[in-house]
Amino acid sequence: MENIYLTIVLAPLFGAIVAGLFGRQIGRAGAHWITILGVGLSCVLSLNVLWQFITGEAEVYNQTVYTWLASGSFNFEVGFMVDTLTAVMMSVVTFVSLMVHIYTIGYMHDDPGYQRFFSYIALFTFSMLMLVMANNFVQLFFGWEAVGLVSYLLIGFWFKKETAIFANMKAFLVNRVGDLGFLLGIGCVLYFFGSLDYATVFAAAPSHANDTMTLFAGHEWSAMTVICILLFIGAMGKSAQAPLHVWLPDSMEGPTPISALIHAATMVTAGIFMVARMSPLFELSETALSFVLVIGATTALFTGLIGIVQNDIKRVVAYSTLSQLGYMTVALGASAYSAAIFHLMTHAFFKALLFLGAGSVIIAMHHKQDMREMGGLKKYMPITFITAWIGTVALVGVPFTSGFFSKDAIIEAVHHASRAGSGYAYACVLIGVLITALYSFRLLYLTFHGKERMDEHTRSHLHESPWVVTVPLVLLAIPSLFIGYFTVEPILFGGFFDGAIVVNAAHDPLLALGEDFHGPAAFALHGFTQWPFFLLLTGFGLATWIYMFRPDIADTIKARFKPIWTILDKKYGFDEFNQAVFGRGTVFLGRFLSKHGDQQIIDGLVVNGSARAVGWFSSVLRHVQSGYLYHYAFATILGLIALVTAFVLMGREGL
Amino acid sequence: MDYPLLSLLIFAPIVGGIVVLAAGESRPGLARWLALLVSLITMALCIPLLQNFDSSTAQMQFVERVMWIETFDIHYFLGVDGIAVPLIVLTAFTSVLVVVAGWEVIQTRVSQYFAAFLILEGLMIGVFAALDAILFYVFFEAMLLPMFLIIGMWGGPNRVYATLKFFLYTFFGSVFLLIGLIYLYLEGGSFSILDMHRLPLPLDAQIWLFFAFLIGFAVKVPMFPVHTWLPDAHVEAPTGGSVVLAAIMLKIGGYGFLRFSLPIVPDGSQAMDWVVILLSLIAIVYIGLVALAQADMKKLIAYSSISHMGFVTLGAFMVFQVLENGTMEAAQLGLEGAMVQMISHGFISGAMFLCVGVLYDRMHSRMIGDYGGVANTMPWFAAFAVLFSMANAGLPGTSGFVGEFMVIVASLQANFWFAFTAALTLIIGAAYTLWMVKRVIFGDVTNTNVARLKDINAREAVILSSLAIAVLALGVYPDPLIDLMHASVAHLLEQIQLGKL
Repeated sequence: MENIYLTIVLAPLFGAIVAGLFGRQIGRAGAHWITILGVGLSCVLSLNVLWQFITGEAEVYNQTVYTWLASGSFNFEVGFMVDTLTAVMMSVVTFVSLMVHIYTIGYMHDDPGYQRFFSYIALFTFSMLMLVMANNFVQLFFGWEAVGLVSYLLIGFWFKKETAIFANMKAFLVNRVGDLGFLLGIGCVLYFFGSLDYATVFAAAPSHANDTMTLFAGHEWSAMTVICILLFIGAMGKSAQAPLHVWLPDSMEGPTPISALIHAATMVTAGIFMVARMSPLFELSETALSFVLVIGATTALFTGLIGIVQNDIKRVVAYSTLSQLGYMTVALGASAYSAAIFHLMTHAFFKALLFLGAGSVIIAMHHKQDMREMGGLKKYMPITFITAWIGTVALVGVPFTSGFFSKDAIIEAVHHASRAGSGYAYACVLIGVLITALYSFRLLYLTFHGKERMDEHTRSHLHESPWVVTVPLVLLAIPSLFIGYFTVEPILFGGFFDGAIVVNAAHDPLLALGEDFHGPAAFALHGFTQWPFFLLLTGFGLATWIYMFRPDIADTIKARFKPIWTILDKKYGFDEFNQAVFGRGTVFLGRFLSKHGDQQIIDGLVVNGSARAVGWFSSVLRHVQSGYLYHYAFATILGLIALVTAFVLMGREGL
Repeated sequence: MDYPLLSLLIFAPIVGGIVVLAAGESRPGLARWLALLVSLITMALCIPLLQNFDSSTAQMQFVERVMWIETFDIHYFLGVDGIAVPLIVLTAFTSVLVVVAGWEVIQTRVSQYFAAFLILEGLMIGVFAALDAILFYVFFEAMLLPMFLIIGMWGGPNRVYATLKFFLYTFFGSVFLLIGLIYLYLEGGSFSILDMHRLPLPLDAQIWLFFAFLIGFAVKVPMFPVHTWLPDAHVEAPTGGSVVLAAIMLKIGGYGFLRFSLPIVPDGSQAMDWVVILLSLIAIVYIGLVALAQADMKKLIAYSSISHMGFVTLGAFMVFQVLENGTMEAAQLGLEGAMVQMISHGFISGAMFLCVGVLYDRMHSRMIGDYGGVANTMPWFAAFAVLFSMANAGLPGTSGFVGEFMVIVASLQANFWFAFTAALTLIIGAAYTLWMVKRVIFGDVTNTNVARLKDINAREAVILSSLAIAVLALGVYPDPLIDLMHASVAHLLEQIQLGKL
């Protein structure tokens, strides 16, 4: 098996290296072929691995490839752990990546950085696979930062654009804030467990449940709470949870295929995956899980609200991604890890679909992204239009679509949870359904329906995108609709993740939920009678009324609720605050320290000051050498008197 | 071993340097090729060094010992262990790159330039190989001269101030070191460093010696607050000078702590460890913030060096508190992290200064504001620069991560807040490095000078690729390096734990 897993990981890396270093030699077609073949091979092998897990042929694999660093009893290794959780992640990552590779042929067709782009996305696939297949924390951290690097490179892919290179730096730095917590969390794991190997740590976890550590003198903290919160801070960075969410909307400066791949379907879900992987640790800390729950719920609701007022088509989808990541986090906080991974999977399909659909629209619109200049596109691009509708019904959670199964499971799980903060979380995710429907249908109506608001030149060139674009859309639309129906039972209630995810049965919300589960059809039919569906209908109705029938009313509402609209438009002021305090504040502090600390105090006062002091001292001393004999004679007599006095006084004492 | 390998390593470049000097100014081409040959021979001598080095023991190896000055019992005494060997290899490796880097840009007094670097190389290897304190001190001081000349003769407009500051600062430090060494000789009757390791000393004497060593080595590292000579020296130094300064000379301070302070005055170090820990943490955070404010690329990298060297001193001196609150393995991990950080920083800082050199050779400016959009005209250069910047920001998979990771996780065993403060470098280091990348490499072409830039040539590509390979290899597979030093570090840890009281 090791060879297969190595191939899965290394095939994209090989493609990335060839396309990156020899891009000029192999040409554009060579670059996309080599990377597509690499990722395609990974995808086929990953799906095969998943299939073997489904049929029960495969066993959990946990082996070391090589020892990265060994020092005493510390053994940091590079190795793979492949279980059901990993297999699902591998399949999702490679499948979406493959779709995005194909799509990119169309989207980046005229870009001079074609080869470089393929190299980056293949490198991303490698990094992401290293992350999900790791069997230890060091490799996890490697993958974690490597996907961050590729994300940095891809957001700033069009490096001439000032906004893009600002956004990529912002993304990297905000992620580094999370990584600070993550690395300290890893350090704490090493401190308490003496190992960074998953299997060792997870096996020993229960016996450390009551360990404590002192952070501030006099206050004992549960070690597991500290570890889990620190690790989760890492997840907050990567999975863009408030208040570290600020980088994700800006990441839309990058080309659309990577928004779909990295900033919607895969990389941003790394945090969710990580927490699910660490479930044996998180289960030991109620406090940490409550923290996760509240952060997730806050993100789910409040970032969704921002989505309503955005006009850039990609930004709407980006805020939707933030909100859905919040849903996944809520599920983690409610101990419904399987539901989180389930939603991660369905979301990967329909959100990648929506992003790629938005990208298709952007191609048609000649790289304009403002929805106010769109409208009526349905007749020009029918495939994009239909697939975008499919993505939307899945996103809002219309019963029987895959989004319904995963999202409803989360809402129900939170409903059953009794953890501190679960009431708040339940309210947030419920209202979130209404919000999701509002911004999603608003996007559809503004883009595909209504009056054609673009200029004449653009309108005359409107046409459906080429097949390399539409085929991935169709291939993603299929799982967006159906995959939930077929997988909900094994994933949520059939124990597919048993062994990979550990849940304390005493507070497993899915266990309670499973008692009422009588097959996916019954579950979906039941969904028609539940609150989320009514909220969805309300959102749909509102959006339809406003954007289909009374376009004028949107402005009236905007004017009426001006303060709220302003707050949302300003995104609660996070960007301004961070810019002022952390951005300019830190640079100001650096300048202040440089000028006053280094230049004035150390160099000015101490270094050059001591040089001046020596100069001053010698200039004073110079006067002693006056050249007059009587000065010297006088000094000699004074000295003699002083010595004699000292001798007499000391001598007497000595006697 | 039937030939004196260490002497060869020391004197091959020194004698070679004299030969290059003798080649004279009239034949610069010959001087260049001779210098390259000498540096390659020295590098080749590292192969038997690595091959025959037994990493399973902490014993000094390749020992040579002959009487030098009988009156004071001073020996020509050489030997290396797992702490010295990596640093010697780093020195030989860097010297080759420096010779190649100076190939075209140095057009005045060519033979003198290369001779100075070769002699400097020999002296630096001597520092790492010396086991007699006076021999060490001689190399330690002699090393200043070629560097003084390199900055003074091929340096920038403000070189006189920089060289004087550099010389006085380091000289000031080394006087204290000499006093300490003489005191140890008077107490123990031997200048052998190994004898000094064994010499019992009362605590108060150890504390005095600790401070003497601290001043001597802290200036070299350099540690806050005796660091201000470094940015000035870097700014004025020619590229090669900056590379040697950052990649090797700073390491001599770290090496001194490991070779002198910790084993000779373990109890003094324990009593005063908080001083070094505090100064290291200040270096990491304060200096990182100061780096953020720099407008001159070389100054920025110089400050970044000081900040990164903070991990070396932190890793070395937190060991007492790690032993107290954590495990012995963690203490070892921290010490090894300090060593790895030294080697890694040698690669990365060398690479960063070479990158600035590549730009400086073309535009004759080090100011960030004069650049912008370099990636448009120099795509290959941009790729290297981004790679090294990421390494500088401690990205896993590059060598920059390994040492920092080891020190951070080990320091957590001493005190959570040590680790927290040190880990702030994750943010600060990324901030100053990537902000520079953003302003220099990315963006649209800002002016006609940038528009006219030519991408790196084959010679520059060779230099940068070899460093890139080194940075990646050490990042992906650091185990062989750890293996090399493990026994010696374990022995050092034993000496520390045993104490002398």
